[in-house]
Amino acid sequence: MKYELVAGFETHVELATNTKIFCSCTTQFGGEPNTHCCPICIGLPGTLPKLNKKVVEYAIRAGLATNCEIAEISKMDRKNYCYPDLPKAYQISQFDMPLCNHGYIELSNGRKIRILRIHIEEDAGKLVHSRGSTMVDYNRGGVPLIEIVSEPDIRSVEEAREYVEKLQLIMRYIGVSDCKMQEGSMRCDVNISVRPVGSEKLGTRTEIKNMNSINFIAKAMEYEFNRQVDLIESGEKVIQETLRYDDVTNTTSGMRGKEDANDYRYFRDPDLVTINVPKERVEEIAASLPELPAQKLERYVEELELPEKDAQLLVKYRKVAEYFEKAIEGTKTPKTAANFIIGQIFRTVENEDEKEKFNINVSAESLNELIKLIDSGKIRMNLAKSTLDKMLETGKKPSELISDSDMGGLDENALLDLCKKAVEANPNAVADYKNGKEKAIKAIVGFVMKNSRGKADAVAAEEKIRALING
Amino acid sequence: MSESMISTLHGMLTEKKISCKELTQTYIDAAQRDNEKLNAYVTITPEAALETAEKVDKKIAAGEEIGLLEGIPMTLKDNISTENIRTTCCSKILEDYVPIYDATVWQILKKQNAVLLGKTNMDEFAMGSSCETSYFGGAKNPHNIGHVAGGSSGGVASAVGGNIAVYGLGSDTGGSIRQPASFCGIVGLKPTYGAVSRYGLIAYASSFDQIGPITTSVEDTAMVFDAVSEYDPMDSTSQGRKGAPVCDTLKNDIKGMKIGIAREYLDGIREDVKQAVLQAADVYKSLGAEIVYFDLPALKYALPVYYILACAEASSNLGRYDGIRYGYKAENYFDVNDMIKKTRSTGFGEEVKKRILLGTYVLSSGYYDAYYKKAQNLRGTIVNAFKNAFKVCDVILAPTVPMTAFENGSAVSDPVETYLTDICTVPVNIAGLPGVSVPCGYNSKGMPIGMQLIGDTFCEAKILNAAWQYENTANIYRAADFGVKL
Repeated sequence: MKYELVAGFETHVELATNTKIFCSCTTQFGGEPNTHCCPICIGLPGTLPKLNKKVVEYAIRAGLATNCEIAEISKMDRKNYCYPDLPKAYQISQFDMPLCNHGYIELSNGRKIRILRIHIEEDAGKLVHSRGSTMVDYNRGGVPLIEIVSEPDIRSVEEAREYVEKLQLIMRYIGVSDCKMQEGSMRCDVNISVRPVGSEKLGTRTEIKNMNSINFIAKAMEYEFNRQVDLIESGEKVIQETLRYDDVTNTTSGMRGKEDANDYRYFRDPDLVTINVPKERVEEIAASLPELPAQKLERYVEELELPEKDAQLLVKYRKVAEYFEKAIEGTKTPKTAANFIIGQIFRTVENEDEKEKFNINVSAESLNELIKLIDSGKIRMNLAKSTLDKMLETGKKPSELISDSDMGGLDENALLDLCKKAVEANPNAVADYKNGKEKAIKAIVGFVMKNSRGKADAVAAEEKIRALING
Repeated sequence: MSESMISTLHGMLTEKKISCKELTQTYIDAAQRDNEKLNAYVTITPEAALETAEKVDKKIAAGEEIGLLEGIPMTLKDNISTENIRTTCCSKILEDYVPIYDATVWQILKKQNAVLLGKTNMDEFAMGSSCETSYFGGAKNPHNIGHVAGGSSGGVASAVGGNIAVYGLGSDTGGSIRQPASFCGIVGLKPTYGAVSRYGLIAYASSFDQIGPITTSVEDTAMVFDAVSEYDPMDSTSQGRKGAPVCDTLKNDIKGMKIGIAREYLDGIREDVKQAVLQAADVYKSLGAEIVYFDLPALKYALPVYYILACAEASSNLGRYDGIRYGYKAENYFDVNDMIKKTRSTGFGEEVKKRILLGTYVLSSGYYDAYYKKAQNLRGTIVNAFKNAFKVCDVILAPTVPMTAFENGSAVSDPVETYLTDICTVPVNIAGLPGVSVPCGYNSKGMPIGMQLIGDTFCEAKILNAAWQYENTANIYRAADFGVKL
């Protein structure tokens, strides 16, 4: 029998607000243990939470960017459980009235992954194990999170990968989170089940907790899919449980056992008032959203006429797209800028992380200047390419690297003279060409290019040389 | 006639009849002496008090004007956080806990150079009606130390009633200011929910808790309320006082004021208490007020609603006492879970554990709808019932407690009976209304009887106006034979 994978995601995203969700402590990552804390975020007796308005705004941004409805009225609830990293013994979260509902993310295959809800909550601290003892660092306690809960609409590992990447990209575009999985600012719980292809009924699901890398998510899902299929094939049952993924052995294993049936005793947090979000406020926030990646991609392909593959590479990093758009301001051929960025410039940027930051030696203004020189016919592509290499090396502007004498192409006569010289100076190549060696002409064109210091138009030169040899 | 102690002392200070240091020392001496019998204070802070007094004396000597509350010796219930002064909630679990920040109400009073004599006794985590669940033993009634001061703010009431503090701030979740004020023959105001900041008040039941003054006169209560009823950005549920200072209208005529009596409030009330309240109604009539009788059937839900919701919130609020960050920690344990279990099992007293268990139960899945949710709905019913009541009257007159102060030990021996004595006070907390208890008589054994005036939300001015008119006509207050005698 053939089986189908069914998966849903619960994604925690740390919001990039300057201060925590209920106090004014910094949200900065790192820091000496317990230095980003105050009486409120360590839950000292008598302290009260105060909801950071920015958190609500950021969550609404996230909701709008994922096509959610924004609730006019919502509230905060207490999720009660006891763990040393949770200083109040309850997490302030949202239970039955989340801020955002019913959105979706569209995948490249046209399928929509529905988003059930997005709610806001506080992060917990962290246990630090060292030399046989355990300590608690509350720096992360009270850092704002949104939890994005999808419907079980994902049908393959590829879709899962794209879903997470798209979420990541959207959150980065709208500036609500850096979504660094390795630093924990984005974490996924994956709910996964299998069923025979064609079946409508959902199988028993397991939940793989706290995944912090897209590759691990893919591997864990593959492993879990096979494990569940094997169980069913061998007549056993999948048990609903919470799993941990071990990236060394590439296996999943049960986490909690019977304590899994946690009763969180949710109830409304009496310390916080109702959250009212008037429609006008939602409209205001919607108006302030930047162009989203999906819209950008469409525009690059439709209006700028970039190949879809190129457009995708540019849109994939918010800073790169911004750079690209600055570089093409007032230029004629967006494709030139795209080629420079994807080719020469990307070669100097080592990894994903650096592409994300996109701190490169050449400013968008400099690239724009270079492209304008090409557009106006002042320099040829070869010179532009070599200049860009120098720009990447030195950080200098095109005007500092190209002298006036380099500017301007050769006029017709000068080119013809140079071609004549080339034919005379390369008798062997001319002979070879005449004998049918088509490639020999390249050597003659090369002579022209070299002696014009790249200013000659190679295509025009080749035409002229052919005409000269063929008489 | 019960004069304003605060005004009297303020006059003595500004007229230099007594220095603030002398005044403070007098109170410290009396507190240290009488506390042995009253057990009102759990911590006395003479050094800090005298330091503040010196500051005030310097201002007076320099000819500077001083505020009404400046230099007046007072106390705070031991669940109001005070930086560098231990704040125990009278629980073993917080016996040595010293806050690193001040509650907003204390910040306000500290700025005005209030002289804090110390922190006063209470039922553990404010759970109790006799002050006897205190880890430090109960505070005694200054009118007869064979009786309790009441609870949970028994220490404040005992100290103020026993004249070893001029005034105090208590907290009231189900009657914890009004009931001990009534038992000790003094005045206690539970303000509208949100009128006074809760920031720094160690929570029992967050949607009920409210800080308020306990004093010997209505005027003093009005002054202290005006001082502390500020909007506080640190408390999202805070709104501050609405309208002019209540002192402005305190002594207004009450001719034509409609005083409502809900028949249900008089059910099951001990006869001497009932008679005292009805006599108060006669006093109001003589002052030109109109007495309106009406029904408030929703009151029958008040006790179960209160105990379900308050315990539910408490079970969550008290989850943080795990021995990890502060407070008491059990000594021998296997692992972290064992440590938390042992810490909580031995750190909390019986009453607190009972309420945590009850609260956990009513929030548990499978029981939530039958208890918590139902109680929440009925809370709405009670809120609406009061809204309608205030369409037919301006203030409601009721007993504060169905009886006078219990004898020592009797509340502990009959806990359910004791829960029932909260019947007159909890409705006000459920509906978030202001209520003030004012002495209205004494029983045959000389124990004080209190009556309660209840107003619509943010109508403190109205109930205090009515309270002042009664107080200054009926002249009930009798100073107990303790403490400072001026």
